[in-house]
Amino acid sequence: MTRYVIRRIAQAVGVLLAAYTLSFFILVLLPGDPVSAMAGAGMDSAPVDPARIEALRHEYGFDQPLPLQYAEHLGRALTGDLGDSVATGRPVASMITEALPQTLLLTATGLGLAFLFGGGLALAATYSSRRWLRQVLLSLPPLGVSVPTFWVGLMLVQFFSFRNPWFPAFGNDGLKGLVLPALTLAVPTGAQIALVLAKSLSTTLDEPYIGTARAKGAGRVHVHLRHALRNASLPALTVAGLLVGQLMANAVVIETVFSRNGLGRVTQAAVTAQDIPVVQGVVVYGALVFVVVNLLVDLVYPVLDPRIVLAPARPAGVVTA
Amino acid sequence: MGRKLTHAPALWLTAGVLVLAGCGSGSGANDAGGSAAPKTGGTLTFAVGSDTGCTDPQQVASNDSIYSVRQLVDSLTDQDPQTGEIVPWLAESWDISDDATTFTFHLRDGVTFSDGTALTAGVVKENFEAVPGLGVLAGLATGYLSGVEKITADDDQTLTVEFAQPNAQFLQATSTHSLGIVSEASTKLSAQERCTQGIVGSGPFTLGEYTPNQSITLKKRTGYAWGSSLWKKDGEAYLDQVVFKVLPEAGVRTGSLQSGQVDAIGNVARADESALEASGATLQARANPGVVFNLAANNENPVLKDEAVRQAISYGVDRRQIADTVFNSGTEPATSVLAHTTPGYEDLSAQLTHDAEKAKTLLEQDGWKAGADGTRTRDGKQLAFTITWFANSPTNQPALELVQQQLAGIGVTVQLKQAEISQYASVVQGGDYELVWGNVTRADPDILRTQFSTALVNPYRLPESGLDETLTEQAGTIDQGARDELVATAQETVVQNAFVVPVVELQTKLGVAKRVHDLNFEASSRIQLHDTWVE
Repeated sequence: MTRYVIRRIAQAVGVLLAAYTLSFFILVLLPGDPVSAMAGAGMDSAPVDPARIEALRHEYGFDQPLPLQYAEHLGRALTGDLGDSVATGRPVASMITEALPQTLLLTATGLGLAFLFGGGLALAATYSSRRWLRQVLLSLPPLGVSVPTFWVGLMLVQFFSFRNPWFPAFGNDGLKGLVLPALTLAVPTGAQIALVLAKSLSTTLDEPYIGTARAKGAGRVHVHLRHALRNASLPALTVAGLLVGQLMANAVVIETVFSRNGLGRVTQAAVTAQDIPVVQGVVVYGALVFVVVNLLVDLVYPVLDPRIVLAPARPAGVVTA
Repeated sequence: MGRKLTHAPALWLTAGVLVLAGCGSGSGANDAGGSAAPKTGGTLTFAVGSDTGCTDPQQVASNDSIYSVRQLVDSLTDQDPQTGEIVPWLAESWDISDDATTFTFHLRDGVTFSDGTALTAGVVKENFEAVPGLGVLAGLATGYLSGVEKITADDDQTLTVEFAQPNAQFLQATSTHSLGIVSEASTKLSAQERCTQGIVGSGPFTLGEYTPNQSITLKKRTGYAWGSSLWKKDGEAYLDQVVFKVLPEAGVRTGSLQSGQVDAIGNVARADESALEASGATLQARANPGVVFNLAANNENPVLKDEAVRQAISYGVDRRQIADTVFNSGTEPATSVLAHTTPGYEDLSAQLTHDAEKAKTLLEQDGWKAGADGTRTRDGKQLAFTITWFANSPTNQPALELVQQQLAGIGVTVQLKQAEISQYASVVQGGDYELVWGNVTRADPDILRTQFSTALVNPYRLPESGLDETLTEQAGTIDQGARDELVATAQETVVQNAFVVPVVELQTKLGVAKRVHDLNFEASSRIQLHDTWVE
């Protein structure tokens, strides 16, 4: 178990480093540069003296050779210093730590609702003995996956804020403001969970051991929840791990629609302004969350299904727990 | 990335809003016309689309940020939006030397900043001297003060600013938000501290709370008694509090105004106008002064340096059609390189006509022959251009798609190339474009010198010409009539040579709820909230 955990952590560090490196070079390769971005902040500014832009570029170290810039940025990042935002001058670390809780709250609530709705839908669909009901329920997830997130958000705002003043249309204040954005986030995610869980539930329900359990006199609900769900939930859990990345991406859209302050907004502004230090910081944090969640998922596997082999290096057939 | 998020949702929401507006109308009963006397107190909530992350008026350049931080500071002078005349504010009077190099301001007595310190000529001097240190972020302010030789505080109430060269624009510059005066303590802060901590001003409002990307809250300055001579109300502002909310999604801004969650919004798009009006909101519009939206040619480009080609493009563009189909209603086609709200504007509409036949003849005579498919070639080379544009306004793309269609009609092939606003300086100032789409807001005709003088950055790569002398001369002329004549000549030169092709005036359009009164535009088509009151 320890070796498994160590190996997974080493992998996680590798992923972080790769994410950092890739984002650095992609940003540098984009046309335009952050210094001109600062200088031409709005088109409403008068033309700026090129000499001043050069001076600024020098000040920020953007005139140095790329490998050197990379090494310097990475070196500082390793000590926890993510630098200052080029656009606002604020420390990247504090920009992120201020925005992160809001985004985590949103994504966690969204994911919770997604499990509730998605799981409930899958269970109801597979449990139902009525064919038409099953069909109707199973047609919902593909719909949920395919509608654009911003559209869902705008429709919810339209009906539950503009038309009926039940929830605020914007802002971060309190639980009420969280309802619509979290619901919006739950739609695509819940739909994916429902898709995967319904599929694996129906496969599991066809397995011989379910028949055995039934033959032994176990009730339908008991079989469904105790035997089938436990085994069928593994694929859904895997998907949930992957969905974390998607949740973060959707948060950018949702935070924009609902004018919430969060990592998504910070990212969007930073990408537009080519604010390299901020984007780097966000990528590192994003990768960190992604890696941690997937690590947790991997660690939960053996708990749910002891058959999972923890050390693939060992000869097949030797099972450890 | 940011842009892609915005258009489609706006359309969807508009569709939704229109449907709902259809169902829920019929409640326009309680508009009593002009309801009685102005009321003191209350909160105004104003939704803007973006936040630049800075609360220092000397540094911000985007309208969405200017709206709020403008209210924190006073300026030496103010500018009458009707006449363009410069009038007293913090300065009671001023003297300008005949050669427009020396400006002496006589400051008002008894003005204090919200930290309790007094306004003196020394503080103003420190303000202006600190501007170059703010660096590139304070591009507007630095530009206004470039060429300053000496600033002296002759006594507490008298300030003299001397320039190396004649600089007539400086008087108008003192009326802008960019040269709004901050307290002495604020001048000592670094550019970034000023952005994040905010500055202390002497304005009718003080900074309450600022959450980046979220909101800016302004509080009324009690005891305020030194307003601009243009304002209707003496003393303190009516409003207790103003909250600027950052709502990036246009559809949400519109819906929030309709449902009463906010009182006013900026940037109203044509598609949202009727829904807003149906919900009882008023739309307020004013053309932005300065250089109109134009197709600026890179005058060093081998084909575009040919005047006939530029003229043909000018005749090939149907300005009226673009103004009427793409921009918010009431938008005017360009009638000069300057918008009609700019002091010194000259009506050149007779030359800026749409005449496709004339355009074709010009190109024909110039040797560009139309092929079977209508596109023109000369010596085997196709008459084709790229128009570079920046994703900072949702009207840019549809406007240019229309231009593309119109120019195809005269045989000119146009490709559109989108760039992020962060690339603006490297593209335009680096000369990496063929035609570029843009505009500049400034309520002083000196903007022509900044844009078209070959002695400065010369973004459009103009050849040296008599234009330089005209532009320099107007900068040194304080006699209004004489200056207007020079400015008129400069506009004629730019238009006659088609150095750039003026297309359409930018119009600022606000949506304002019925309970809001006297939300007024200032001379640069931004807002002034001292006189604003709510029911």
